[in-house]
Amino acid sequence: MAQAAAVAKPPAPPGRRRASATPRRLPYLLVAPAALLMLGFIAYPVLSVFYYSLQNYNPTKPWRNGYAGFDNFVHAFTTDPQFWGTLTFSAKWVVVEVGLQLVFGLALALIVNQTFVGRAVGRALVFSPWAVSGVLTSAIWVLLYNSQTGITRYLADAGIGSYGTSWLSDTATVFPAAIVADLWRGVPFFAILILADLQSVSRDLYEAAEVDGASRVQQFRHITLPHLKDAIVLSTLLRAVWEFNNVDLLYTLTGGGPAGETTTLPLYIANTSVDAHNFGYASALTTVAFVILLFCSIVYLRLSKFGGGNK
Amino acid sequence: MITEEAPEIAPAPAPAAPEPPRPAARRRRAWDEVPRWQIYLPLSVYLLFTLIPFYWILLFALRPAGSTSLVPWPMTSVHFGKVWNERSFGVYFQNSVLVGVATLVMTTVVALAGGYALARFDFRLKRGFMLALLCTQFVPGALLLVPLFEIFANLRMINSLASVVIAETVFQLPLSMILISGFIRNVPYSLEEAAWVDGCNRFTGFRIVVLPLLRPGLIAVGSFAFVHAWNHFLFALMFLSDQGKQTIPVGLNTLMSADSVDLGALAAGGIVAAVPVVIVFAFIQKWLITGFSAGAVKG
Repeated sequence: MAQAAAVAKPPAPPGRRRASATPRRLPYLLVAPAALLMLGFIAYPVLSVFYYSLQNYNPTKPWRNGYAGFDNFVHAFTTDPQFWGTLTFSAKWVVVEVGLQLVFGLALALIVNQTFVGRAVGRALVFSPWAVSGVLTSAIWVLLYNSQTGITRYLADAGIGSYGTSWLSDTATVFPAAIVADLWRGVPFFAILILADLQSVSRDLYEAAEVDGASRVQQFRHITLPHLKDAIVLSTLLRAVWEFNNVDLLYTLTGGGPAGETTTLPLYIANTSVDAHNFGYASALTTVAFVILLFCSIVYLRLSKFGGGNK
Repeated sequence: MITEEAPEIAPAPAPAAPEPPRPAARRRRAWDEVPRWQIYLPLSVYLLFTLIPFYWILLFALRPAGSTSLVPWPMTSVHFGKVWNERSFGVYFQNSVLVGVATLVMTTVVALAGGYALARFDFRLKRGFMLALLCTQFVPGALLLVPLFEIFANLRMINSLASVVIAETVFQLPLSMILISGFIRNVPYSLEEAAWVDGCNRFTGFRIVVLPLLRPGLIAVGSFAFVHAWNHFLFALMFLSDQGKQTIPVGLNTLMSADSVDLGALAAGGIVAAVPVVIVFAFIQKWLITGFSAGAVKG
């Protein structure tokens, strides 16, 4: 792998500006711990996933283990009744989540970027769900959604809806219910990323626009939005990948149910490997997920031109 | 909850009549021009959406079981006692603190070393290494559960907190390193060179000149690592089967997946899970935004 080579090969001649008495090995020594950890616990597992994807491998059925060729992939794309469903749900989940997070996160960031009385407290409160874990988010929303003492009970008391409604166990309501629960935590995260970038818009630009008679909407369109473009592109892509991979919330909130209605591809993979012990097939599904994510990373790298800016 | 926003905005009062332009005040007001209601109204609606769930969990944790009151009165601490002792959240709490602090220290130290190298040296394959760092953002830990489990089993580290610490650190490292190298790049190299002229070696120069300037960034990265390790669920679920070794998120999941969920205990457990994170968050919020904007990864 690239990292290993970086450690083993002789160092390049020192850069022109970097003339100092430092030993040439120093950068390699400094990078080594990180590189070794990532080799051992990311690169090697990834390679072993690729290897197992071509195997029948199930610790509970050892008599069937062995080379399988592309059988696992063929099974996924042709005969597995769940694969396409989970993939479509993943896409739906990511698009809806990231789209809504972008809209609400951007609005929220613009609001708390204004100067107003109580801004510090307002920011702290509005951002607070950011730090809440997926499991805790689930716990909170399980309390809110439960059929006996949840929100629906009090709504029913007030004459809205009916008693005993459980949004999480009804196939018609589980998707919006899960989306709202995840938004609760995701919007602040998005808003923080955008707000960090808003800090760097020069006020002079707004003042100049003001002098030229630009309205606030025009200022937003022609100053704020272009400035935020990079941040928005990066944040949406990072969030999309993150939402695709995120298992904690759905695993604990719905468990992928009811009736497999909210099973994403990674959740399906986790169930296939943890519950069914079908490691070979799970590895093949993982490989498929990697390919999808690789596509995302290429788009991401293209858009952000990462690594081109350091001299 | 989201759709509530629309009807509430509609009947809102129209913005104040435009004031006649006052050239002298214009410069100062350029930034503050937004009518107040346009800030406070949406903010309040959003605050309701944010705070009702928090209130809900407090309510369930503090009111007696079976109560349907919307005010947590009479207040009881029964649920906390139960969750802390009977459901062993006391033990989970200790484990979670250990995992969080160890991950924080390991991530910060390793990322600081690597980040310094990336910021201050040109070395062969640096670009490739940075690309590898970025690619790891697309490698989800959740998908590597099985091979990671086998590695830790071979190392005889299953059921040891060290396995979780290593796994959390590894997945925190890439982003932390990218961020820290950005922070270091923001410190002028000439400062360090001046320190060398004054007789410092590279290490003491770094410690005396650069490290103090990195404080906001390191606080942001370190607390990020802590919060992640504190919150993360799957690694602990997979690698720690012994009940005495489990962490708080696993404990919460156990409470939730019981056949009849004890809502009071779940709420109390949730608050135990939230308190350290809220405290960390309150301290670092300011650093976080400056830290991120300073080290932001931009094209």
